Amino acid sequence: MIKEFISLEWKQHFRSSYWQKNLALNIFLMFFALWISLSFLGLGVGLYPLLKNLYPEQDPFILVNGYLFYWLIGDLMLRFFLQKLPVMSVKPLLILPIKRNVIIHYVLGKSSLSFFNFLPFFIIIPFSVILVNNGYNVSTVLSWDLTLLVTVWMLNFVNFIIENLSAKTTASFLPIASLVGALYLLNSFNIISFTDIISQGILHISNHLALIIMPLLILSILYYCNFRILKNNLFLDSTLKSKVQEVNASSLEWTKRFGDIAPFLQLDLKLIWRNKRTKSMVMLLVFGVLYGLIFYPNPAYKDLEYFYSFIGVFSTGFFLINFGQFIPAWDSSYYKMLMSQNIKYTQYLKSKHTLMVISVVVLFLLTSPYVYFGWKILLVNFACAIYNIGVNTHIIMYGGAFNRKKINLDKRAAFNYQGTGAVQWLIGIPLMAFPMLIFGFTNWFINFEVAVAVLIVLGVLGIVLHEKLMHIISHKYKSYKYKMISAFSQEH
Amino acid sequence: MITTNNLSKRYHTTQVLTIENLSIPKGQSFGLVGNNGAGKTTFFSLLLDLIKPSTGGITNNTILVHKSEAWKPFTSSFIDENFLIGYLTAEEYFYFIGDLRKQNKADIDDLINTFKDFFNDEILGKKKYLRDLSKGNQKKVGIVAALIGNPKVIILDEPFANLDPTTQIRLKQIIKTLTKQQDTTVLISSHDLTHVTDVCERIVVLEKGNIVKDLITNAETLKDLENHFSKQVII
Repeated sequence: MIKEFISLEWKQHFRSSYWQKNLALNIFLMFFALWISLSFLGLGVGLYPLLKNLYPEQDPFILVNGYLFYWLIGDLMLRFFLQKLPVMSVKPLLILPIKRNVIIHYVLGKSSLSFFNFLPFFIIIPFSVILVNNGYNVSTVLSWDLTLLVTVWMLNFVNFIIENLSAKTTASFLPIASLVGALYLLNSFNIISFTDIISQGILHISNHLALIIMPLLILSILYYCNFRILKNNLFLDSTLKSKVQEVNASSLEWTKRFGDIAPFLQLDLKLIWRNKRTKSMVMLLVFGVLYGLIFYPNPAYKDLEYFYSFIGVFSTGFFLINFGQFIPAWDSSYYKMLMSQNIKYTQYLKSKHTLMVISVVVLFLLTSPYVYFGWKILLVNFACAIYNIGVNTHIIMYGGAFNRKKINLDKRAAFNYQGTGAVQWLIGIPLMAFPMLIFGFTNWFINFEVAVAVLIVLGVLGIVLHEKLMHIISHKYKSYKYKMISAFSQEH
Repeated sequence: MITTNNLSKRYHTTQVLTIENLSIPKGQSFGLVGNNGAGKTTFFSLLLDLIKPSTGGITNNTILVHKSEAWKPFTSSFIDENFLIGYLTAEEYFYFIGDLRKQNKADIDDLINTFKDFFNDEILGKKKYLRDLSKGNQKKVGIVAALIGNPKVIILDEPFANLDPTTQIRLKQIIKTLTKQQDTTVLISSHDLTHVTDVCERIVVLEKGNIVKDLITNAETLKDLENHFSKQVII
C-alpha cells in the first residue's frame, strides 16, 4: 500500500506543469537547501571551539543545553510559516478500499521525513562527534542525540496541531505568535525558567537513558492527537466540504473614480477580503510595518545604511511582494472566463498595479514614525517607496507572465496550503537584494545622498515609463495566454 | 456567422479535431453531439480562443478569432464552473460581467428579473457566495450570465447536464425564444439527444474529431441519431 502511495506522490510531483516549467526554480531551491545544510554543518563543526573561545571557563555542552529553549521556540516559529502538513489529495482515495487509518499514518509518517527534521542534525551530529573526541562519555552523548531526535519529532507534530487550530481563525499567525511570545516572556522575566527546565531535563535524560520513555510518551500522545484531528477531518462533510458563509457585502462605490479599471479593482478588493488566504496576508502587514523595530533601535545596525534600504524595500513593499508574485494566479480559477470576455490586459493589470501602488504609499506613511530613529531612515524609506512604485511593481507583474501554478481559492482553509512555503520568499529576494546592492555600492563609493538619489531616479524613471512598461508586460501576458490557460486548468 | 476554414487541432501527434468546412448561418440554433473525446469542448475552446488551432482558423462574423479580439463584445459563453468567480454572490457576478460588457446596473436588474422563474428562488437575494451553491444552481448562474449584454453568439457547453427536469424545460424555452427572431446564434453541445433535437434546428455529430453527420432537424432526426449511436454499441 505504502508503495502505491509513494508512486502516486512521485507522479503528482513530476507530472505537474509546475515542476516542468519551473525547473530552474526547483534547481535553485535545491541549491538553497544544500547551502543551508552546509552552513548548518559548518556551525556544527565550529560550535564547540567557538563556545570554548567565548566562554573559556564554562562547559560547552552545558551551554548548548542552555540555549535549547531558544532553538525550540525559534524552530517552532519557522516551521509554522514554512512547513506544511503533506496532505495528499485525499479526496479521491476516500472512496477506494483503503483503510482511513492507513492514509492518515502515511500522511503523518511522510511529514516526519521533512527536510526540517533533518536540518538540526547537521549541527547536532558534528557537535556530538567533537564532544566525544573531547572526552565526553559516549553513552551520554548518544542518549543526548536520541533525546534531541525525539524532540525534533515532537516539534514536528506540535506544529501541525498548532496549524490546525490556527486554520480556523482569521489571523492565522496569532496563536503561534502569542504562544511563542508568552513562552519567551515567561522565560525572560524568570517567572517560569524554561531554559533551565529544558536544559536540566535533557541533561537528566542523557545521563539516565531509561527516562527517554517520558519524551517518547509525549511524542506518542502528540502523534495520537494528530491522528485524531486528521481522522475527524477526513470526511466529505467536514474539512473537504465547504461550509456556507454569510456574505458581507459593500458596494465599493468609491472605486468608480478609478474609471475603467473600477470593475477589476472591486473584484480584487473582494478577492482579498473574502478569501482566507488573502485575508491572512493582509493581517501579516502588521509584521511588515513592525519589522523595522527589530533593527532600528539596535546600535549594531546604526551605521549600516545599506541595511536601511533593505528594510525600506521590505516594509514598504510587503504587500507588493506577497500579493504581486501571485498575479495572475489569484484569478486562475476563472481565468478562462476572463480570457473569453471583452477585456484589455492593460486594464486588468492596471487594477493590480493601482492596488500595489496604494499599498506602498500607505505602508510608507505607516512606517514614517521611524523618523524617530533618525531622518536618514525616513529618507531611505521614501526612496525605497519610490523605487518600489517605479521598478518593483513592474518587475513583479512581468514575472507574473511566467506564473503557472493555480491557486484554488475555493478550497477550505484546513487543507489550503497551496503556493505558500519557502518558495514565496525566495522570489522576493531579487526584488529586495537588487536595490540594496545599488544603494550599498553607491553609498560605499560616493555618499549617502547620492545613493538615495539613485534609488529615487530609478523609481521616477519607472513611473515615467509606466505606460510603455505596461505595454511590454501585457504583450508578454498575451503571448503566454494559451500556456497560462492550460496550466491554470490543472489542479496541481 | 461562424465559418471554419481548414481547422484542425493536434496535441503532439494526436489529431483531436479536423473541421475543414463548417458554416453556421446567423440566427441558427446549432447542436453538437458526440461521445466523450469527440472534440466538442475542443471546438468550443477554439471558438473562444482558449486554445490555439494547429492549422486553419475560425471566423466569427468575419473576424478571425485567434488574430483579433473584436469578436469578444458580441460573443458570450458558459463552458464550465470555472467560468464563475467563487467569492462573489450571484448578483455581484452579474454586475461584474455587466461591467465588462458595458451594461449598467439597471440593464442587469431588468435582465435578472426576467429570469426569476428560472432561478426558482434559490439564488437571488440569498447572500450566498457562488462557491457555496450547488452544481445545478451554479450552472443556472453561468447560463444567465452568458445572456448579458445582448450577445449575437452564445456558446453553451452541456447546458442541460446537472439541471433538474423543470429547469431543463425552462432552459429549452429560453433558447427557443432567443433564436426565434433569427438574430442570435446559439451553439450547444449535449449528450442528451432528446434535448438537442428539441431545441436545435441543425445537429452535427462529431466522432473522433471529424464531422460524420450534419442534419437539419425534422421528425426523423431523433430516430436517426439514436440509430447512429446504438450502431456503435453493436459493433
